[in-house]
Amino acid sequence: MGAISLIALLIAAIAFSAGGILVGKLLVKGSKNPQKGQAYECGIPTNTSPWHQFNVGYYLFALLFLIFDVELVFLYPWAVVVKKVGIVALIEIIVFIFILFMGFLYAHKKGALKWS
Amino acid sequence: MLSLESITKTTQDWLFAKFSPQIALTIECVIVILLAITLFAVLGLVLVLLERKVAARIQIRLGPNRVGPGGIFQTAADTLKLIMKEGLTPDAADKFLFNLAPFIVMMVAMLLLAPIAFAKNFQIWDINIGVLYISSVSSLSVIGILMAGWASNNKYSLLGAMRSGAQIVSYELSAGFAVLTIVVLTGSLQISDIVAAQENGWWLFKGHIPVIIAFVLYIIAVTAETNRAPFDLAEAESELTAGFHTEYSGMKFALFFLAEYINIFIVCAIGATLFLGGWMPLHIGHWENFNHVMDYIPSSVWFMVKTFFLIFLIMWFRWTFPRLRVDQLLNLEWKYLLPISLFNLLLVTVIAIMGWYF
Repeated sequence: MGAISLIALLIAAIAFSAGGILVGKLLVKGSKNPQKGQAYECGIPTNTSPWHQFNVGYYLFALLFLIFDVELVFLYPWAVVVKKVGIVALIEIIVFIFILFMGFLYAHKKGALKWS
Repeated sequence: MLSLESITKTTQDWLFAKFSPQIALTIECVIVILLAITLFAVLGLVLVLLERKVAARIQIRLGPNRVGPGGIFQTAADTLKLIMKEGLTPDAADKFLFNLAPFIVMMVAMLLLAPIAFAKNFQIWDINIGVLYISSVSSLSVIGILMAGWASNNKYSLLGAMRSGAQIVSYELSAGFAVLTIVVLTGSLQISDIVAAQENGWWLFKGHIPVIIAFVLYIIAVTAETNRAPFDLAEAESELTAGFHTEYSGMKFALFFLAEYINIFIVCAIGATLFLGGWMPLHIGHWENFNHVMDYIPSSVWFMVKTFFLIFLIMWFRWTFPRLRVDQLLNLEWKYLLPISLFNLLLVTVIAIMGWYF
């Protein structure tokens, strides 16, 4: 089958999830209680909203990830043809990875990989 | 011989002989939808029970054994319970995103089924960029998790989602490099080509030590990507209650739970396809008689045995290694696994160009 199978799978996923939730909704007669709508905590009301500034460490790793993920995408077409092209492709990729690895070492030296 | 291959072929021939192409295609789509939903339901039931049984055996207890013979209906009973529970939405939550997140996670899990070869010629879509498709679609699942965590408006959820996001994107890199080693050796992104290249031996055996290193890296990376212990600090029960799905209840929670197990199945299926030959039987060099006997075992059985072996391995990890801290987790990936996988890729390239693999 062709690309239409992806649409079929999407429909399957939506039908499965929506079906499950709908059956649950039909079967359950919930009760009304203002306490039910509160956020889950250890029995005490939540202090301050969770939607505020967050530890920057996560974003640093996200940025580093972006660099390497783009590199990974560049490597895919290379990986397919490397056996046909031969030694030239190997040298080119060594240069490519060398430059990237220098960037990685720089980030390491600057302390971007240190969790604080 | 009755095999999945002949069944699909006969069905397709019959459909296209009987109906016009559009109607035949529609019927095929309906069959695919039904099969996919059935697979999801069955896998969910089997894997949850397997997990509990493996955990029980490792801790020298019996595990669920009350509902049905040997407890085989335990998960069905649990599902029934979850359906009967009320699906709550917190008042302070972003309601649209909160309800959308389980759908996204399910869609990603379902879409990943498309290029997996379950048996010989039994594949929903043999897409020519199969491996790239898998790595691109699987990276979408982090969106569903972040969405769930953020929309819940709960500190546990947000913290769990952020940890999960950092972890998934980090380990995706070494999983990607491990997959690339096989692409380098095969010279194709298509799943059927990769399986066909392993006819005279699986890549794990043919590719020397670098491929074994890549296999180990892949297993570590996917364990982290599916948020399994020892990398389960996204939903570390003792510190974050349940991580990104703390606020979910009823069927919405069940969908997250199911998607998690389906993802384990999918990554193990891909690992089995790339490194262990997918549905290819075990063939050893020139042992003609041995190879002939192995050919009698149906290809679907081979695929399932390999996949479930990897699933068992990942379940085993959970009871063997203690949980990592978040800084240890990111150190492991960025300081060890990523450099190792980069150099490993270069090594495999040398092997591929020189033709040193068997």
